[in-house]
Amino acid sequence: MKDNVSITGSAHTDRIHDSAIKHVTGQADYTDDIAQPEGTLHAYLGVSNVAHATLNGLDLTDVLAAPGVIGVLTAEDIPGVNDISPTGLNDEPVFPTETIQFYGQPLFAVIAETRDAARRAAELAKVDCEVLPHALDPIAAQEAGYPNVTAPLKLERGEIDPAFAAAQNRIQGRMAIGGQDHMYLEGHIAFAIPGEDDEVVVHCSTQHPSEAQHMVAHVLGVPSNAVVVNVRRMGGGFGGKESQMNLFCAVAAIAAKKWKRAVKIRPDRDQDMTATGKRHDFVVDYDVAFDDAGRIEAVDGIFAARCGFSSDLSGPVTDRALFHADNAYFYPNVRLTSRPMKTNTVSNTAFRGFGGPQGVIVAERMIEEIAFATGQDPLDVRKANFYGGAGRDVTPYHQQVDDNILERLVGELEETAEYRKRRQDIIAFNAASPVLKKGIALTPVKFGISFTATWYNQAGALVHVYNDGSIHLNHGGTEMGQGLNTKIAQIVAEAFQVDFERIKITKTTTEKVPNTSATAASSGTDLNGMAALNAVEQIKERLVAFAAEKWAVTPQAVTFHPNEVHVGEHVMTFNAFVKEAYMARVQLSAAGFYKTPKIHWDRSKGQGRPFYYFAYGAACSEVTIDTLTGEYRVEGTDILHDVGRSLNPALDKGQVEGAFIQGMGWLTTEELWWDDAGQLRTHAPSTYKIPLASDRPRIFNVKLADWSENRELTIKRSKAVGEPPFMLGISVFEALSMAVASVADYRICPRLDAPATPERVLMAVTRMKAEA
Amino acid sequence: MTHRTDIRFLLNGKDTSLGAVGADQTLLDFLRIERRLTGTKEGCAEGDCGACTVLVGHLSDAGLVYTPVNACIRFLASVDGCHVVTIEHLSGPEGRLHPVQQAMVDHHGSQCGFCTPGFVMSLYALWMEVPEPTEAQVESALQGNLCRCTGYDPIIKAAVAVSRYGSPAADYLNTERSAITGRLQALRSGQRVVSGPPDNLSILPTDVDDLADCLLEYPGATIVAGATDVGLWVTKFLRNIGPAIFTGHLNDLKTVEAKDGALLMGAGASYTDCQQSLSEHLPHLSSYWDRIAGWQVRNMGTVGGNIANGSPIGDTPPVLIALGAEITLRRGTDRRVLLLEDFFIDYGKQDRVAGEFVESVRVPLPGANDLNAVYKISKRRDEDISSVAVGINVTVTDGTITGCRIAFGGMAATPKRASAAERALIGHSWSEASFENAADALPTDFKPLSDWRASSEYRMLSAQNLLRRFYLEHDAETTAPIQLASA
Repeated sequence: MKDNVSITGSAHTDRIHDSAIKHVTGQADYTDDIAQPEGTLHAYLGVSNVAHATLNGLDLTDVLAAPGVIGVLTAEDIPGVNDISPTGLNDEPVFPTETIQFYGQPLFAVIAETRDAARRAAELAKVDCEVLPHALDPIAAQEAGYPNVTAPLKLERGEIDPAFAAAQNRIQGRMAIGGQDHMYLEGHIAFAIPGEDDEVVVHCSTQHPSEAQHMVAHVLGVPSNAVVVNVRRMGGGFGGKESQMNLFCAVAAIAAKKWKRAVKIRPDRDQDMTATGKRHDFVVDYDVAFDDAGRIEAVDGIFAARCGFSSDLSGPVTDRALFHADNAYFYPNVRLTSRPMKTNTVSNTAFRGFGGPQGVIVAERMIEEIAFATGQDPLDVRKANFYGGAGRDVTPYHQQVDDNILERLVGELEETAEYRKRRQDIIAFNAASPVLKKGIALTPVKFGISFTATWYNQAGALVHVYNDGSIHLNHGGTEMGQGLNTKIAQIVAEAFQVDFERIKITKTTTEKVPNTSATAASSGTDLNGMAALNAVEQIKERLVAFAAEKWAVTPQAVTFHPNEVHVGEHVMTFNAFVKEAYMARVQLSAAGFYKTPKIHWDRSKGQGRPFYYFAYGAACSEVTIDTLTGEYRVEGTDILHDVGRSLNPALDKGQVEGAFIQGMGWLTTEELWWDDAGQLRTHAPSTYKIPLASDRPRIFNVKLADWSENRELTIKRSKAVGEPPFMLGISVFEALSMAVASVADYRICPRLDAPATPERVLMAVTRMKAEA
Repeated sequence: MTHRTDIRFLLNGKDTSLGAVGADQTLLDFLRIERRLTGTKEGCAEGDCGACTVLVGHLSDAGLVYTPVNACIRFLASVDGCHVVTIEHLSGPEGRLHPVQQAMVDHHGSQCGFCTPGFVMSLYALWMEVPEPTEAQVESALQGNLCRCTGYDPIIKAAVAVSRYGSPAADYLNTERSAITGRLQALRSGQRVVSGPPDNLSILPTDVDDLADCLLEYPGATIVAGATDVGLWVTKFLRNIGPAIFTGHLNDLKTVEAKDGALLMGAGASYTDCQQSLSEHLPHLSSYWDRIAGWQVRNMGTVGGNIANGSPIGDTPPVLIALGAEITLRRGTDRRVLLLEDFFIDYGKQDRVAGEFVESVRVPLPGANDLNAVYKISKRRDEDISSVAVGINVTVTDGTITGCRIAFGGMAATPKRASAAERALIGHSWSEASFENAADALPTDFKPLSDWRASSEYRMLSAQNLLRRFYLEHDAETTAPIQLASA
């Protein structure tokens, strides 16, 4: 049997998602599907209906008297600390005690026999409060003198003042960039089962089980070792379940301990969307100097973000916006400043790209400004400003860019998408078409991979080989649809040279791998794959040593082949070999560990190497707009994306496609709208519109750059894929901008704000006609 | 007369009888909580995401028909006499995957998997109706299913490929069709059904006449046709709807026929029930109709409900008013006929007295000299509520506009005619100038409000531009393309 036979599910091959069959049959269990113990209670949150007020007290008499109600939880019932701030700033109470800080803020929880009873009772509270003035957006917050929720960041390199003074051209502008709701199909949920003593087990839908564990321990006032958090899978996360689950885990756990019964909490979609954070909206003031050829000489950018009432992850999010405000372009002189503004809105949080997209789109806006001002094709301006070569290879945070592959990648896409010809055709079409106008744009992305909180770049895994040859795999990452478990099982299968089916993928649990990082920052496979491989290597090392000794061969003569092991001339099935090792008392279990090398970051200086490497991609999109109504259609998109040596091209392509559509949604139809009272009115799919099947580009060509391989020693030379392609959606936004600009002969930058809803497109067309 | 008090239906393979079903019990909660059929998911509880899609088979005049619906807003009592098919019922005997499931697996159609059962059910229904669909047909069938992970492309590819995995003729629902029909017929008792606790009654009349009687008996009852709005009163606003009189099962309220120069639609006809006749007799409504909600909602929601509901942003009133539609209101045996535009008095107020119900809609077919168009503007093209909707009917005789009916939705507190704009056109020449005058007159007709769907300015400007679009689209001299190609 031999080497021409290969294992199933090896690395670098297409392999279906490990739960695909369970997904299509409805047999994949999400938290709400887990069988409940008898007597399970249900919790529901009671929320504020003012945006900012002094809280004098809660009258919960009617709530307690409602049918089916067992009790209520208020701040006073929290045995430990009334705080769930993920960065330890102690600015995010489970329930506020003095001040209501946003419309929809949870004030208490009702516990009842059924979810319906809890939900109905939660409406009956009387809140005694004195309303205060509120500020909803970062501009209003600055005008009202609101503070930053966390320390701002400044990145500086070169000398911007003399550069601006000497510049041939200079443009100043402002861009408003909307936020985005995650709209994961499975909303938040936590299900706590009390145990003996101080113990509690929480099943929930979180990207960060360790943080949930620590938060539950924190609010219960017990050590972390009393709390177990389990996650089998999530119905989507996208960053929305990195820190936002803490609230639900805390409420379920406190109630479970208090009433000694299992407690489940699942908000409805409206409460999920109003009470949990979203992508940060930004208002960015930019100032760019450039020469007559369109080459950037200096950039000054101030990034004000709607952070909401607390810091949550706004520090690292606004930092990452600055880290990506260069996108793929070299700024000889630069100063970038963040303003993480407190606002009377829900505390904004992680969302795929984590501030990066808001930085990238500003870079693309400046490119566009330069292109319109100099009368060039924006693609030429982009290329003229790419990083590359000595003297043009240092980022605003002083990390060197030495792997730039964008020139090749963009060049290939430009050819295969026939960008130049299509652009000429479109200009001709527009000249003859008074109502419908087309636009095309080819935009690149460069995205830094690593948590900028350097200590997060570590991971653990636990691998058991049982004496029947079956393998149990566990790691610190969580599965939210991205296929992380599949990829890591492929890595393990390949390392042991056994069939994929032999590996049992199990739920993520804080019991098996402690102190894990969030499955976030696109890092899941990079970190956990390496940790799993490390565990396998430890076991293999022991097996090799055992075999070399037993059969008296050199270690090099012990080799792993598809489902068998060769020891010199001796050939055994993997199962038989494992059994021999077990009988000889070889330890067949190992805990693996990994930490990313080379990275360091000094935030106070704004200098370092925060990123291990960069992932790249480019997209070319064509749109048609209706200048009578602002409606539009995406006619076609071509994508070429870099995932290094793909571990699973089918799954990676799925990530690229899904991220692109989500990015397009962010910039087109997904609009968050607050009324004057501070209530979010787009809080369910009826009012908040994510893309549908019919919104995807009419022609959609997605390719991975199969020639790329990671220059760093990542897991099998692959690259992270979760976030970078999200920013490919910017190509649609830029194409819309070109279509709008056509009504004024491409001489004026339309300065579209995001999202470019049909309304914004029509209003921009109207403005351009007036200016033309 | 004795009433039946239990609700009877087929759940997958099982005959099911439930003793007391309150008006506000949803099918989804029953499946998930009471029967632990957890493959059907709750994503939004408002009929917008499709994660809860199940098939409901009912005995129509044309025989057993299965349609995908949203279990989250489908009331349990309303499946009386139906066959409810959930995701758990799809796989074959030895766990063999259904062709739709296998196609989805092979094309990597799931990522997180939460929306997947709903997609599978919608695609299952599509495959049975159209075994080899075009991409456009797939998109239309999936307007009511949201996926946040895949970007849809693999799902579309799977849907187009399903027929390579199996033929609908061999599917259980087809091979068992006559047996299931027999079982459903056996569930019928010919009696009115009155089920549930006294303060939350579910009432299912036997026919339209019995509906009229029920309404005299329970004049304050909530009439529930497709439940695509009433469902949300319960799931989102926790409102008490009992007693509720369900009408979705009344085949004699669903008749759609062309007669005497008009199209007659029973108030209980779903959007889907009307589609065939519309494409024959009012073809200009056909693609507009496809943009009403998603497929699941079109299978449940009714024209009568869309009217009786009185929403200023319902999709059908403006386009029906523009055609001069009339409705018949019935109370007991008394009937009165009303121009549809006169039914809408003010926001939340319609010309309907207690005990009265909308029985039918009569839409006069346009004449040979009539130019017609309907437009809907929404933030997202499909499955969205309109910011502005309009129906325009213009009669041109020898170059002069001799008749004109323009009705807008989304521009006022009710669906409303643009009288000033109409006046600017009637008696004037078919010309750009006339339509510019009409556009200029619109601010006299409407003072639209600003909300999350659109600002007042945008509503007005785009409404004016839709009049301009109408002119361009129908003017012989227009050569350049005017409208975005439809999906």
